[in-house]
Amino acid sequence: MLCIGIEGTAHTVGIGVVKQNNGKCSVLSNVLKIYRPEQGGIHPREAANHHTLYIADLISESVKKANVSFSEIDLISFSKGPGLGPCLRTGATAARALSLTLGKPIIGVNHCVAHLEIGRGTLSDCTDPVLLYTSGANTQVIAFAEGRYRVFGETLDIGIGNCLDKFGRTVGLDFPCGPAIEKLAINGNKYLDLPYSIKGMDIAFSGLLTAAEQYYRANKSLEDICYSIQETTFAALTEVTERAMAHTEKDEVLLGGGVAANKKLREMVQTMAKERGASFFVPTKDLCIDNGAMIAWLGVLMYKSGIRLKVEDSFIDQRFRTDMVDVTWRE
Amino acid sequence: MNKEEIIYQGAEAKICKSKYMGFDVVKKRRINKSYRIKEIDNRLIFYRTKEESKLMTEARKYGVSVPIIFDVDKENGIITMEYLKGRRIKDILNGLSEKERIRICRMIGESIAKFHNNDIIHGDITTSNMIYQEDRIHFIDFGLGEKNSKIEAKGVDLHVLMEAIESTHSRYSNCFDFVLEGYKNELKDDANLVIKKIAEIVKRGRYR
Repeated sequence: MLCIGIEGTAHTVGIGVVKQNNGKCSVLSNVLKIYRPEQGGIHPREAANHHTLYIADLISESVKKANVSFSEIDLISFSKGPGLGPCLRTGATAARALSLTLGKPIIGVNHCVAHLEIGRGTLSDCTDPVLLYTSGANTQVIAFAEGRYRVFGETLDIGIGNCLDKFGRTVGLDFPCGPAIEKLAINGNKYLDLPYSIKGMDIAFSGLLTAAEQYYRANKSLEDICYSIQETTFAALTEVTERAMAHTEKDEVLLGGGVAANKKLREMVQTMAKERGASFFVPTKDLCIDNGAMIAWLGVLMYKSGIRLKVEDSFIDQRFRTDMVDVTWRE
Repeated sequence: MNKEEIIYQGAEAKICKSKYMGFDVVKKRRINKSYRIKEIDNRLIFYRTKEESKLMTEARKYGVSVPIIFDVDKENGIITMEYLKGRRIKDILNGLSEKERIRICRMIGESIAKFHNNDIIHGDITTSNMIYQEDRIHFIDFGLGEKNSKIEAKGVDLHVLMEAIESTHSRYSNCFDFVLEGYKNELKDDANLVIKKIAEIVKRGRYR
């Protein structure tokens, strides 16, 4: 089965083509464009305009790169949510147009679940992981339990990527600020005390963000602040992930989301996994960040398990939570 | 030196069975984590060991069932406490009859109210952290706890349990309603304020 996936929840508009091979996912193409605001945070309408501008060309490009023709495509999958309304609608509109033009079925998928399934689909031996999903908007610890992907821990206020971006903007770094903070942190070595806030398996960052900004105003070394932010937030993320692993008695951990590109975070989670005798997995970077291939892959899984969607019912859902998805494709 | 046997390896501690002055005890040994820098590691281990033992002792005073503490070693992060032979609520709850499940849930709520009445926040109320023995619910693992009189803190405390029940006992997610019933009966202040706060915390979450 050949499926084209359309991602457009936030900054990224991405199109991917995947094929199912012996139950695993092979990515034939995965192309994207990222909206970068000139200043400040994401503006939903501007982002949607950006996606509208590029989406048609990206669709052609992905099909060409996959070396297939439109007529060979069996299924059109799109991000149903969660995300920004205008962006989601742009992706869904393109998906409906494709579905009607090609006369092929359409399916809407949950973006967060797609981050987990692409790990299971592309990495051998990754079968039942706890996912630490860290991106701009999302910070969730997700695992399969009792028929659903359940959120065992999540941020109580802002996502980790958002926390890094907000700090970055305060000190004048360019978006996305995570990579710049990662670079600065390498030269930091003095740990400045920051609030470490975990509640059960949930986590909060806003107090830490305020404290970090205060250090900056007090003229502390930016390198040291960045070092301290990373050490504190990533330690807390690693700890809640480990708590979820102990709680669910699972021995695989998977990273996903844009912040999973951070080497420091990878190292820390990998060390944690090693110490408890668990396996550590991280998809290739292009499959960690928001992308169309993961949307296509989840579409395949859902369609094969018997789920069908009519074009007239292909709504988006800005608040489509991970645990709302009925996981029909897993035992 | 007594022989020690690891009976449980949690996320942050090893639970070892041992003997202390002739009593069966467990030693909760917090583990150094090499993924985090020593400044954070030492701070967390020291602080949590101290808070946990303090809060447990205090909770006991107010009639909450907790293991008796024999010894605390803050520097090395070791708490020596009574060995409980009962089973975790997590492991028994799904298998109980409906009537019994409701009774247990009410008991859980009453116990939580007892420590909340005295501004003790547990910090990690899950069914893994409750042990059922001699028809009492024993609370363990106060490591993320604190003293806090705010409704917000009590709401967050119960919200953790609500999420744990939803994810681990999803077939019986009405369990939480019975916990709240017991909580209402025992709480001195107006429990509705806390219950309202829980709804607010849920809404504050993403995509709610």
